[in-house]
Amino acid sequence: MASRKHLYNPGAILKGLSITFGFMFRKRPTIEYPSRKKQHSPRFHGLHELRRYADGKERCIGCELCSSVCPANAITVIGAENSPDDRRSPGERYAARYEIDELRCIFCGMCEEACPTDAIVLTPRFEMADYRRGSFIYDKDRLLVPPDAGVGMPPDDRPGGIPGDLGRVAEIKSTTDIDSGYGATWRGEILKNQHEGLAILKNPEADK
Amino acid sequence: MPLWLEVLIKSVILLFVVVTSFAYAMLAERKILGWMQLRPGPNRVGPWGLLQPAADAAKLILKEDLMPETADPLLYKLAPFISLLTAFGVYAIIPFGASASGQTWAIGNVNAGILLILAIGSLGVYGICLGGWASGSKYPLLGSVRSTAQMISYELAMSLSFVGVLVLAGTTSLDGIVNAQARWWFVLPQFVGCIIYVITAVAETNRAPFDLVEAETELVAGFHTEYSGLRFGLFFIAEYVNMLTVSCIATLLFFGGWNAPLHLTFIPGVAWFVIKVVCFMFFYMWLRATLPRLRYDRLMAFGWKVLLPLATLNLVVTAVVVAYTG
Repeated sequence: MASRKHLYNPGAILKGLSITFGFMFRKRPTIEYPSRKKQHSPRFHGLHELRRYADGKERCIGCELCSSVCPANAITVIGAENSPDDRRSPGERYAARYEIDELRCIFCGMCEEACPTDAIVLTPRFEMADYRRGSFIYDKDRLLVPPDAGVGMPPDDRPGGIPGDLGRVAEIKSTTDIDSGYGATWRGEILKNQHEGLAILKNPEADK
Repeated sequence: MPLWLEVLIKSVILLFVVVTSFAYAMLAERKILGWMQLRPGPNRVGPWGLLQPAADAAKLILKEDLMPETADPLLYKLAPFISLLTAFGVYAIIPFGASASGQTWAIGNVNAGILLILAIGSLGVYGICLGGWASGSKYPLLGSVRSTAQMISYELAMSLSFVGVLVLAGTTSLDGIVNAQARWWFVLPQFVGCIIYVITAVAETNRAPFDLVEAETELVAGFHTEYSGLRFGLFFIAEYVNMLTVSCIATLLFFGGWNAPLHLTFIPGVAWFVIKVVCFMFFYMWLRATLPRLRYDRLMAFGWKVLLPLATLNLVVTAVVVAYTG
């Protein structure tokens, strides 16, 4: 009986006991989440954000490319013509309604790639829990960067901010240096928090 | 002071001590298991999670007390109390220390203390057995059937390991046994008996690796599958108090009770007793973190074919040696 060999082998049991005892004093890999946050990749796809130009105009021109490319049908865009006395965006049209159902969204980032003006980007923000399903339909009020988010300075003008010229969002997001990437957006505070979490993880003494 | 008042005061103090030790034994187990599995363990309630037992107690008290339709109402409600009463009952006679005048620190001092402990401990199986049967559900029933078989098979070897100690000490009173270990602890002459006791004690308290009664991978939660809220809490308390009991008995019978090792008498005897019990509790938690559950037939084979013959042999050898030398 092969089983008996293992069952009545005190040496094996003692070896097992010594292993579990040794594990008690090992370094635990736990990151205690709500108080400390692990930094994820700079290219992480999280909650969307609708950006503005430096002069405060919306980047979105209501072309609906994001909504046509979206594989999950999560985006609804209804465009409207700009009127001369109330110009929302530099183009002819702007998004009168812009809604993303974050429960449908698969965070693939294709909207970001399709966007001709880099208006829609995926931020690294991921804490979106809420109590009602309805709360996950993010409308323009929640997606659009507030006009005063730059604290006196438009996002594009800040040092290391995402440049205003087109087609560089993906490149900026590929950078591993967080400060020259998203550190300059109005949700940069969240990233800063996560960055500190990473520093603590790498160097626990820095927590003091 | 009238006797009843003295007993009442002692009981209240002891009850408080035992319930508090239960609460922190539970927290310690969760912490230690966590550390051994590279987790931090509960640390959210109070500093280092020290208020976790209070939070757990509040949760268990506020939860709904469910009863299955098929259950036997009286026995279903009674079973947790049987477990709890028998678990606490043993503490009426367990001595924790002795004053300089030789007075033992115990609620009652019984001549046949060890027999009483065995008797009360054997009643504890009724709580599990009736609880599982009265639930009127298949998994609890299987759990309680296993429990009955396991308890009976391991109690034999356990009692036999006691007898070796009794032969050496020449008394069945617990303070007599402790006093007989003033020179050396019985773990030395009764090493085999001690090993057998430690193994059977794990089986008696239904803990890993002998936790076939609960066996969550096979039997959901075994005998207390249907229990919820406070009644589940009572079974839970009983399990940990039983752990504490077997640790106390191991300390009393094999590790010299409140006798200080190496003449380190500047630490009081009660402290030694507590230290030894804590070491045993740690050992049981350590064992749980290490060993996987035995298969049922191997458990039975181990009990009847290994432990029982070994305990009998140990008793015979002890008796022969004592008869020739003593």
